[in-house]
Amino acid sequence: MSQAIKKLLVANRGEIAVRIIRAAKALGIPTVAACSEADVDSMAARLADEVQVLGPARADRSYLNTQALLDALQASGANAVHPGYGFLSENADFADAVQAAGAIWVGPSGQTIRRMGDKAEARRTAQEAGVPVVPGSPGELQDVQAALAAAESVGYPLLIKASAGGGGRGIRLAQNAQELAEEFPRAQREAQAAFGNGGVYLERFIRQARHIEVQVLGDGQHAVHLFERECSLQRRRQKIFEEAPSPVLNPAQREALCGSAVRLTEALGYKGAGTLEYLFDDVSGEFFFIEMNTRIQVEHPISEMITGIDLVQAMLRIAGGEPLGLKQSDIVLQGAALEMRLNAEDPARDFFPSPGLVEQLSWPQGEGVRVDSHLFAGYRVPPYYDSLLAKLIVHGSDRNQALARAREAVAATILTGMVTTLPLHAELLEQPWLQSAAFNTGTLETWLAERRSGEK
Amino acid sequence: MAEQTVFTPLPGTFYRRATPDSPPFVEVGAQVTSDTVIGLIEVMKQFSELTAGVAGTVSAFLVEDGDPVEPGQIVATLDCQ
Repeated sequence: MSQAIKKLLVANRGEIAVRIIRAAKALGIPTVAACSEADVDSMAARLADEVQVLGPARADRSYLNTQALLDALQASGANAVHPGYGFLSENADFADAVQAAGAIWVGPSGQTIRRMGDKAEARRTAQEAGVPVVPGSPGELQDVQAALAAAESVGYPLLIKASAGGGGRGIRLAQNAQELAEEFPRAQREAQAAFGNGGVYLERFIRQARHIEVQVLGDGQHAVHLFERECSLQRRRQKIFEEAPSPVLNPAQREALCGSAVRLTEALGYKGAGTLEYLFDDVSGEFFFIEMNTRIQVEHPISEMITGIDLVQAMLRIAGGEPLGLKQSDIVLQGAALEMRLNAEDPARDFFPSPGLVEQLSWPQGEGVRVDSHLFAGYRVPPYYDSLLAKLIVHGSDRNQALARAREAVAATILTGMVTTLPLHAELLEQPWLQSAAFNTGTLETWLAERRSGEK
Repeated sequence: MAEQTVFTPLPGTFYRRATPDSPPFVEVGAQVTSDTVIGLIEVMKQFSELTAGVAGTVSAFLVEDGDPVEPGQIVATLDCQ
């Protein structure tokens, strides 16, 4: 039945590989860093007990190369794989292949990953568990009459979305029935021309949506939540600044939201750490499930800071067959935490990447400050991968104290050798709308655009 | 005929095609103008177009499709009149 982890292969790089190695060390588990040729001198490779080189720098020949990873697993004698985030972390076939090789996959089963990776299936699963989803038409609609009928229950304003679209493409807005009647045939023609498939459906448009997500942990039978994270500050769907808990939920909303996440997690028989993403409607107070990420997330530390629970250690314990060992009543919300992502990008040049050599480096210190990073002085940040350099994480007894510590942490950080987003965070922390938490998913991009035009 | 070089100002990965299934942007022997795209440089998941910079005929590629490049590295040569 349960099979303990004897040696762990870390199938990732950067700060998350370092984070996983630290968690394994704390549990006395030896580690293997599986890395590309470009990362043999990385922090993860230095901290791990062993290194297995996967292949050339390019991700498709190293971190995304499933055969190279399975070979490294066998060569190292490791009996478990932690995939981190990104790369193969939500690749159901790889999860299955690891298990077929007789090793432990630190995460939910391939079947669960597949189920929640299919948008329609995830939506159906959520509805069956009594979790609200964004109101929409049951499927594709053939003509204007069908659309007008479906709109009665969806509600206005609504979006006409192309089934074959994605990433924000193939979407039209209708404020009322008249606009829907006009826009619907256009949307069909546009979808046919753009995607070769004229199928369209309707979805409620939430004007002032916040992106709020719930951290869950499950052992296959029982599940708990670690409260929510507010991740509304995004640029091109990339999060930049996150906080926990959300500053706008009242206790009843929090209980309803987090409770719904636990219901869905238990309905799935979910094993490991996961995140359920929701849209929260600031105006009506309603929340709607959008999708589940079946892996650890970049911003997990803020959930750890407000609960005192080490999520990565919990993942390893659960994967090794231990029961959750936590009741919901054991998990108490303590204070507030913020995370600022430090990226090798130049905000003045539309966030163009700026890899380079770390010359001077000094991280902030003090009470309530945590830095998750793979940098060290003399390290050359390679140009082949994500631009995330570090996560500055602060905790305070309340949000105001956390904000004050965030300002101090940003001011105390010294990182030279490349352009980073550090000055942007200093500026963000001074914005009244950030201090009062008056933002939604569109706020950061609007602010960045105004800031650009103000400079000209 | 004078030889001109096309170098990358950026570090990253050089690609000669827009997607793995696309034909190359240009072949050796192709006539190009200064604005002709001859490849892409991927740096930290963002793609930038690399243009010829001068008009001429592509005489050689010195970097293979998918190979890593350093700033200042010569990617291709052109014969110019």
